[in-house]
Amino acid sequence: MAERTVRIGSSHGLHARPAKLFTQAAAASGAKVTLAKGSGKPVNASSILGVISLGVDFGDYVTLTADGDNADAVLDQLVELLVTDHDE
Amino acid sequence: MSDTATHSTLTGTGIGQGVVVGVVARMSDPLPEPQDTPSSRTVDEETERARASLSVVARDLEARGKTAGGTAADVLEAQAMMAEDPMLSEIIDESLARGTTAERAVFEAFASFRDQLAAMGGYLGERAADLDDVSQRVIANLSGVAAPGVPNPDHPFVLVARDLAPADTAMLDLDKVLGLVTSDGGPTSHTAILAREKSIVAVVGVTDAATLADGTTVVVDAAAGTVTAAPSDDQVADAERRIAEREAAAVAPVTPGALADGTAVPLLANLGSSAGAQAAADAGAEGVGLFRTEFLFLDAGGSAPTVEQQREHYTRLLQAFPGKKVVVRVLDAGADKPLPFLNDAHEENPALGLRGLRALRASEDILREQLTALADADKATEADLWVMAPMVSTVEETRYFVEIAREYGIKTAGVMVEVPSLALLAPQVLAASDFASIGTNDLTQYTLAADRMLGSVAALQDPWHPAVLRLVGEVGAAGAATGKPVGICGEAAADPLLAVVLVGLGATTLSMSTPALVDVRASLLKYTIDEARQLAEIALAADGAAESRAAVAAAALTLKEAQS
Repeated sequence: MAERTVRIGSSHGLHARPAKLFTQAAAASGAKVTLAKGSGKPVNASSILGVISLGVDFGDYVTLTADGDNADAVLDQLVELLVTDHDE
Repeated sequence: MSDTATHSTLTGTGIGQGVVVGVVARMSDPLPEPQDTPSSRTVDEETERARASLSVVARDLEARGKTAGGTAADVLEAQAMMAEDPMLSEIIDESLARGTTAERAVFEAFASFRDQLAAMGGYLGERAADLDDVSQRVIANLSGVAAPGVPNPDHPFVLVARDLAPADTAMLDLDKVLGLVTSDGGPTSHTAILAREKSIVAVVGVTDAATLADGTTVVVDAAAGTVTAAPSDDQVADAERRIAEREAAAVAPVTPGALADGTAVPLLANLGSSAGAQAAADAGAEGVGLFRTEFLFLDAGGSAPTVEQQREHYTRLLQAFPGKKVVVRVLDAGADKPLPFLNDAHEENPALGLRGLRALRASEDILREQLTALADADKATEADLWVMAPMVSTVEETRYFVEIAREYGIKTAGVMVEVPSLALLAPQVLAASDFASIGTNDLTQYTLAADRMLGSVAALQDPWHPAVLRLVGEVGAAGAATGKPVGICGEAAADPLLAVVLVGLGATTLSMSTPALVDVRASLLKYTIDEARQLAEIALAADGAAESRAAVAAAALTLKEAQS
């Protein structure tokens, strides 16, 4: 299992559009990906409701895990989404 | 005016400055809550029904998203994903396994997420409406009834709703919508965002909007935040006069900002990037009163932008305003808008923490780099560059900033007045700096101790409050005594009537977002400096924000009637 901890780069946090982009990418990866805020309980990263209800804000630390053959590549791509600012 | 009291007037939060007269069309009420009775179908049958309806609604929302385009498309696509969310379907399956109906299982599953979001409040709380909307659509599909939706009469109408979900607004024929009135939702709700984007007259958060019946004529007044049902002939005539005035102002020639007696009040633009500079200049902005530099830093990712990148950006900005004043605010960041290279600490109370000038002082190299780039851009261009510091709270901090700006050859250095302590010591502050610019949003937040990001205390975030205006008056008086300019660069300057009061309190320039320039320019032209001072006195004597706004509006009307 691969694991990464990163800081959220979207100025409005992981809500609305950034949350949508992230869950779409997580679902499309085919891997089993989880997302947790700080030391909180992980949620299914392909669940937009799970991701939104974490209430992740700009600057929060989140931890991603992934299972599967290409877990590292999947996480590389998802981390990129999380550290980018999608909001104006 | 005598019969005003007999007509019911509801109040809420107005979006923009428009006014409109129209006939109410209501959005249908939400579906009743599905009963919690055991299903007569098998678990498999109910599961199949739930799957099918969730899928139908998801496809429908996707299709609406494609039609809508723009920001609405993102929200509709997100809603489609909510309908087929894996965590949601787990909860639905658990309920169905207990023998409930698909309707009830869907209702409960959505409600559990909705309550979580609503409990978080703020932005997430308002997203709860998105979830309610998906839930209603699925239950309507299961029950074989029409989804609650927007009315579509063949005449223009004022839409009255609890709140508008993105799926509703995507289906609205905006050409027919004269105005929007909602009972729920705050200034960041979808309805408010839509109204701003499309310039639709709107009043949101009108608690008693449910009392407005289909077919009633209403006056929706966003400037006053009121909805008047069954208005008198006088009230309709007054609204129509204001509509005509606004139309005339929109096409009036662009003149420099001034009062009726010719007193110049330069009107400036608030900008967040150099991209909006040309549009502002075209709309008659006589310069820039607030150029925010945060986005330059947020966009740069994990590190501060280089001096070279900054120099290039500032040069582009200054080039758009040759010979004109451009006030640049140095980086305003803090725990609310954290930048990893500036402040890494978690703060319980970011608004009172290490932000603005305090944060820059703790990382002085960032301030020095920014001043270097600004001074370089100033040398390379013809604009009149002024530089100011945010979140300054003492005279000592004022001196610190002005001195460091001088080191780099910045000719005009000043401070933002956002903290009451600085307003109260305005004479000493202005003695130590070249100018002051009042940030009314933060000044209001700090004066009334009400977090400006928090919906539950939004009512306190009102710059009409006489306590806030008294502080503005302190700075205005100190400006007049020292001959130093006092600008206003908060939302308050965009309110046409409040703008007059601010000038009466001693503001020498007003800075606002570009779309507000037209209304403010027209409003200033109606009053002399003596009248502006009279209105300011009336505002200061009021008990609270609502009383201040009402008393000034009434006095302004009397002044104009006496002249005509």
